[in-house]
Amino acid sequence: MERIVIIGNGISGITTARNVRKQNSKAQIIVISSETKYFFSRTALMYAYMGHMKKEHMKPYEDNFWAKNRIELCFAHVNTIDFNGQKLHFSNGKQTNYTKLVLALGSKPNKFGWPGQDLEGVQGLYSYNDLELMEENSKNLRKAVIVGGGLIGVEMAEMFRSRNIEVDFLVRENRFWGNVLPKEEGNLVHKHIAEHGVKLVLETNLLEILSDENGRVRAVKTDTHGEIECQFVGLTAGVSPNIQFLKEAELETDRGIVVNEFLETSQPNVYALGDCAQFKVAPKGRRKIEQVWYTGRMMGETLAKTLTGKRTEYKPGNWFNSAKFFDIEYQTYGVVSAQVEEENEQFYWEHTNGRMGVKFVFNKSSEQFVGINTFGIRMRHELFDKWLTNTKSIDFVMEHLEDVNFDPELYKQYGSEIVNAYNSQFGKNIQIKKKKWARIFS
Amino acid sequence: MSNTNEKNLVKSLGVPAGLMLSFIGLIILILSWVGVSLSPIFIWLCLGSMLTGMMVFGVSTYAGESEGIKNNGIWTNTLTNRGLLAWVSGVVITGFYVELYWFPEMLGLNAEGTNTGLIAFFDPLSYALKGAPASQWFVYGTIYTICIVGLGVKFIFKYRHSRYQMWRTISVMAAQLFLAYFIPEILEGMNEDQPYFTKDLKHFWPLNYYFFDDWHLNNMTDQASGSMGMFYMVWGILGFTFLTPIITYYVGKRWYCSWICGCGGLAETAGDPFRHLSDKSINSWKLERWLIHGVLVYITVVTAVVLYAYFTNSSTFLGLDIYTYFRKPYAFLIGAAFSGIIGVGFYPLLGNRVWCRFGCPMAAYMGIVQRFKSRFRITTNGGQCISCGNCSTYCEQGIDVRAYAQKGQNIVRASCVGCGVCSAVCPRGVLKLENGPEENRVTDNPILIGHEKTELNKEII
Repeated sequence: MERIVIIGNGISGITTARNVRKQNSKAQIIVISSETKYFFSRTALMYAYMGHMKKEHMKPYEDNFWAKNRIELCFAHVNTIDFNGQKLHFSNGKQTNYTKLVLALGSKPNKFGWPGQDLEGVQGLYSYNDLELMEENSKNLRKAVIVGGGLIGVEMAEMFRSRNIEVDFLVRENRFWGNVLPKEEGNLVHKHIAEHGVKLVLETNLLEILSDENGRVRAVKTDTHGEIECQFVGLTAGVSPNIQFLKEAELETDRGIVVNEFLETSQPNVYALGDCAQFKVAPKGRRKIEQVWYTGRMMGETLAKTLTGKRTEYKPGNWFNSAKFFDIEYQTYGVVSAQVEEENEQFYWEHTNGRMGVKFVFNKSSEQFVGINTFGIRMRHELFDKWLTNTKSIDFVMEHLEDVNFDPELYKQYGSEIVNAYNSQFGKNIQIKKKKWARIFS
Repeated sequence: MSNTNEKNLVKSLGVPAGLMLSFIGLIILILSWVGVSLSPIFIWLCLGSMLTGMMVFGVSTYAGESEGIKNNGIWTNTLTNRGLLAWVSGVVITGFYVELYWFPEMLGLNAEGTNTGLIAFFDPLSYALKGAPASQWFVYGTIYTICIVGLGVKFIFKYRHSRYQMWRTISVMAAQLFLAYFIPEILEGMNEDQPYFTKDLKHFWPLNYYFFDDWHLNNMTDQASGSMGMFYMVWGILGFTFLTPIITYYVGKRWYCSWICGCGGLAETAGDPFRHLSDKSINSWKLERWLIHGVLVYITVVTAVVLYAYFTNSSTFLGLDIYTYFRKPYAFLIGAAFSGIIGVGFYPLLGNRVWCRFGCPMAAYMGIVQRFKSRFRITTNGGQCISCGNCSTYCEQGIDVRAYAQKGQNIVRASCVGCGVCSAVCPRGVLKLENGPEENRVTDNPILIGHEKTELNKEII
């Protein structure tokens, strides 16, 4: 009988398990994790810390869901994998075999060899254990230093600020999330973060983490601001594939586990996906490793097809993503690069309140719409996805801004204001169309 | 930075000042409840300080904070996480309801002579409004209205970034203040000779379970009630036969439940700090469907019997006394115990919408329309859901919103009262309440947008 064993119960592994079950009612499905028995949503870790939720609310499915769908959960740690014998060896000495193996191992926070990086009070934020550790480390915490200007860093800052803990945010680049956000958007986020009492320390490198007599962090040493006293250091300078236990194994790895477009590894009947997978050839317009919730989920849906007899290539569609910076929501559809490409033109509108901003990118010559960043205004995924696929023009997008708005009812609409600004900047005369259901749900 | 400090000053002074004012009002209320006789001036002092106290507290709680979601520490606070304070408040509110419904004389009601205690304390206000002494219902209605208005201001400040939430709250506050309180009380005072009938324009059957009782129909058609009685009767009948289903078709049941209803009004304002306590399990959903539709069937049967009695001029049905076996048990079990004691008394323990979710026959009726024939839905925004669970946690109706959103499926549920809080707390802009075309409203076989894949299996897990 088919025995599909999945290591890792994050969004990638669980999506695979659920979708295999949808398409195959017979196969044995075993999901192994040494993090938690039940699947929980990593994205909710911050809300549990801030008291918006209890830990139990992080679980998207009730505990009886798994037995009902005959997905066996196994709370254990895999030490080694015997690929030839198709066997897993657990840390408790037990073993189990598989006919197909799925590696959904996730990531771990980057540590770049800073002196003092393993002191007490120094940690990243990725796993359930990290949350518990952070809770522990928050006792008597007055000031935290966060290193690395990305999404987890800003989440961590929000977590601490919810408890009135002082935060210094060290960023190596000259702006927050500088490899992703263009300058205007970066500025908008900066101002907002500062309003929440976070001190952004830009263009600054961490040199060393200093210890007190008990082996706990007491300060960090930086290249521009000298020593900064603190009782906590958050390492949020990205994550990398959690594959160290495979380094000796007979499996092709690089930074991640190397996979082809079918998520197949160098070993037969062994697959990898999500954060830990690295594509031999990146999908069109994508990176080789994409550590995003959504891509993990999409890979899981794809892999489940392959595992149930319909070998399917992973073909991500138009890029999309989202985040929230304290009170400002961010969505993006299509491609908006930190530095606008030579062949592209951009248009940016920002509300005077500094809490809303929209960036449009389009091709200079063809005027084809390329991508959008939207802050503080919600937009419809489905429509943008369709427009990108059907290569609509920037003028078309402008005309239909009311259709694509996804803000709650009764919210003030900024479509006309945006179109007016666009018209005057580019000498156009676009008239915004009134919202029409037939176009939205066609 | 100085600006922030000033705002923090507002907060650090306003919060205790507001609490203090509310407590002064509350203490005066309790003094009169236990029988201390107070001069008429104290009723104005008491109500005034409660109302201003709540408002000052509400405004300063969120003063100086950036506009946005304010749920920090909800699950660690003793009042909002079923701690000691929650239990104490639950017991006190429940105690008040027990006296109100079953032992009004303990509140000082004296049908024969002059009121005493708490009810007598409200006499000056009652005389000012309608020229008659207060009743336990007048006392209740006044406190109820003050809670909705005072804590409505708090809710508005909490959600001041959301125009949907602001307008909705202004609407429930106005509906309570005018439709449920001032207009009926003043009309009572202007028409002293009329026998009593309900004058709250939005209080439709079956929420108003006594509408078709013989005494109520008689009072409306009484000569002394004139055209006003007739108007209220016709309005009441049109209200539940036409108005309710038609508006629900266009906008969902939210027009009632979270825009004008009194029960909903209290739940959304005074009850807001408890919204997350609703049970989200599948079992509770099963219980909900049995209970709420059971109550709807129950009131329909009772009403049918009552109408039979009215038209046949009899007081028994199949040999059973109609008051003893039909009207009274419903009023006791559903009208008082369920909607009052469990519905409000248990706010701090079971959440703020227990009555609306498990018991209200009006909600059940509109729910059926909303589920099967309506333009209302909560649209899920493509593939943007990250399964964080804020939506489910803060759904006061116990809907596991995340279960739908993470599949890319629209939320079409009978129980949704359209409060819009799931959409507000969503950190990724995934949920939108809207009234669109009926076609494809229910997405039973959703596709998560994001990659090019063939159709999913029909079976959804």
